[in-house]
Amino acid sequence: MTDLLYSEAETDLRAAVRALLADRADPAALPARLEGTGPHDAELWHALAGGIGAAGLLVPEKLGGQGATHREAAVVLEELGRAVAPLPYLTSSVVATQTLLALGPSDEAAELLADLASGRRTAVLAVPLTTAPDAPLPTEPPTAPTDTPATAPGVTVTAVADAVLADVLLVPRPDGLHAVDAAEAALRPLTPLDLTRPLAAVTVPANAPGTRLADAGTSRAAVRSGLVAGAGLLASEQLGLAEWCLEEAVRHTRARHQFNRPIGSFQALKHRMAELWLEVAGARAAARNAADALATGSPDAPLAVAVAQAYCSRVAVHAAEECVQLHGGIGMTWEHPAHLYLKRAKADQLAYGAAGHHQDTIAGLVDLPAPAP
Amino acid sequence: MTVTAADLRERVRDLLAAHPPATTDRAAFLNARFDAGLAWVHYPEGLGGLGADPALQAVVDAGLAAADAPDNDPRRIGIGLGMAAPTILAYGTEEQKRRFLRPLWTGEEVWCQLFSEPGAGSDLAALGTRAVRDADGTWVVDGQKVWTSSAHLARWAILIARTDPDAPKHRGITYFLCDMTDPGVEVRPLRQITGEAEFNEVFLTGVRIPDSHRLGEVGDGWAVARTTLMNERVAIGGARIPREGGMIGRAAHTWRTRPELRTHDLHRRLLDLWVDAEVARLTGERLRQQLAAGGPGPEGSAMKLAFARLNQRISGLEVELLADEGLLYDDWTMRRPELVNFTGRDAGYRYLRSKGNSIEGGTSEVLLNIVAERVLGLPAEPRDDKDVPWKDLAR
Repeated sequence: MTDLLYSEAETDLRAAVRALLADRADPAALPARLEGTGPHDAELWHALAGGIGAAGLLVPEKLGGQGATHREAAVVLEELGRAVAPLPYLTSSVVATQTLLALGPSDEAAELLADLASGRRTAVLAVPLTTAPDAPLPTEPPTAPTDTPATAPGVTVTAVADAVLADVLLVPRPDGLHAVDAAEAALRPLTPLDLTRPLAAVTVPANAPGTRLADAGTSRAAVRSGLVAGAGLLASEQLGLAEWCLEEAVRHTRARHQFNRPIGSFQALKHRMAELWLEVAGARAAARNAADALATGSPDAPLAVAVAQAYCSRVAVHAAEECVQLHGGIGMTWEHPAHLYLKRAKADQLAYGAAGHHQDTIAGLVDLPAPAP
Repeated sequence: MTVTAADLRERVRDLLAAHPPATTDRAAFLNARFDAGLAWVHYPEGLGGLGADPALQAVVDAGLAAADAPDNDPRRIGIGLGMAAPTILAYGTEEQKRRFLRPLWTGEEVWCQLFSEPGAGSDLAALGTRAVRDADGTWVVDGQKVWTSSAHLARWAILIARTDPDAPKHRGITYFLCDMTDPGVEVRPLRQITGEAEFNEVFLTGVRIPDSHRLGEVGDGWAVARTTLMNERVAIGGARIPREGGMIGRAAHTWRTRPELRTHDLHRRLLDLWVDAEVARLTGERLRQQLAAGGPGPEGSAMKLAFARLNQRISGLEVELLADEGLLYDDWTMRRPELVNFTGRDAGYRYLRSKGNSIEGGTSEVLLNIVAERVLGLPAEPRDDKDVPWKDLAR
């Protein structure tokens, strides 16, 4: 059985990340920030990635990382979710990093991994944020993979998360995964629903210089591994987000008086928050289970990830919606950060496969087949 | 001296050597186990325990199960083990502990619980059953209790009754141990929604209870009852269950074996419930790990709520899934089961019986209040009954 608790080291890591974010990434200051310099805070990123060493948690020490596991990375993501922090952690330190690790040893991958682990560079997988682990990739035409170099025209991928911040794009092509310098691609920033996770349309010319990292088969398995890790650990971000929403709703309804009573004493409201607490307790168990299954390489990991995504994405959206509603008019204002959580939660619901997609995966894994057509 | 797992293994070996399960009478074996301190290892010496860490009970249970030793059938004696025993241990006199704990644990004496009343369910402290002290100090009890599981099997009951109607409702209650064979105790089956009668109404008419069967001080019964109720809820949700171990396993089995019943709508809803059941199982497992690590988790209160809801939704889906068969019911005969049989009967029975899961042992609404107030720290609803004498309350 998986270990569903937090170790002492994980609790310490959480404290360090939370302290940094409390100091440098106050959600209440975010709405104003987003309209100024944009979401990304390079100094905060370097403090998290380099100072705390969070970016290299999945990377072995001999490759310049911390040699930790998905369990620790999940704790970091819980804290980033609590702060709706606009940092490329999930995309670069989890999905791109996991993809590179799964490619197996090569000098190019090793050099890039060391840079990602230290936070010196960031990378993103050039697929839409909505891509589910076993979905076809837009940059691979639906023909059989080939080992001959791509001669196809350039490809455009829409809704690539954090591409505008990335130094390197990992581009899946019919002949394998290519590492392409972001400067070689044309990036068109899009206006995202989730203001804290920038999106861009990425066009990579067919003749863009880059390095082919592995053959088609190895690349496809590696990309899948990256996306599974992304979906699994996204559950921890969703957990942290939901926790913040519940805590803020409780804090607000304890303090806010109407009808000469704190509104949190009304049973109609209390029950809604208690219900949410039940859901969050479930999300914690599901997210921990997924992180532990990924960390131990358990054969149960694909199911644990699908269950966590099918459950936690729903809980995060519900928590954010309740947080807005329980704040009343305040919840509808730009000044209060609740809207940032709602936008993140709603976008997260689509990220790395929607709940229905993960349910279909579950149906296949546990033999609950759909009706015959 | 601290009792270790090794000590317990040695004691289990000694017990099995002195009383081989194959040749020892069940009652004799259970009594010998009690004497060896292996009944409930965290209880004091002489009362079936060794003052050990409660987590070590698993060592004893595993050792005895491996030897196929008889157990004390905790399902039938659940109220005694889960509610009466911890309360007697906490509040009983030495004499009461010696008299009651052994036959309670061996199952020779079954217990029931005389708390709920027709007019006082969730508002338990509003109860109206009266206990008046006679000239010789004996208490004379009159009133009616309801939803009493096992009353028809029970030799003893834990009972709360009002001893001071002039005090506010929480302060005028006293806690008693009631002999169910005494004159004036009448148990009537209460037929339920399922057709069977697990529960009873209990009428108490001039029942005489000696003062030596009072638990705790006169007027202090509410505090004693709180110990009982807390233990009731702790008893729920501690067990490890495998994937698809609950009701979802039945529904999944039907889905796999009856392809002609499948529809797209049911498929989506079944997968929803499968995910919820798996997450509830993981939440229970997390709670178990927290308890094993020494930290009680607030997830405990969640488990009863979550499972009640889940059982109701899954059994409801099962009835739909079965189409024409869902229109049928296996048996409306009035029966008196000793155990709730969730897996041995049809989906229709499960659907109806699971309606009780969100009512028995604290309604889901009351438990949500507990989560909201004690876990989330939300303010209590204002209440105006706290300082009003019970006799002046509206009813």
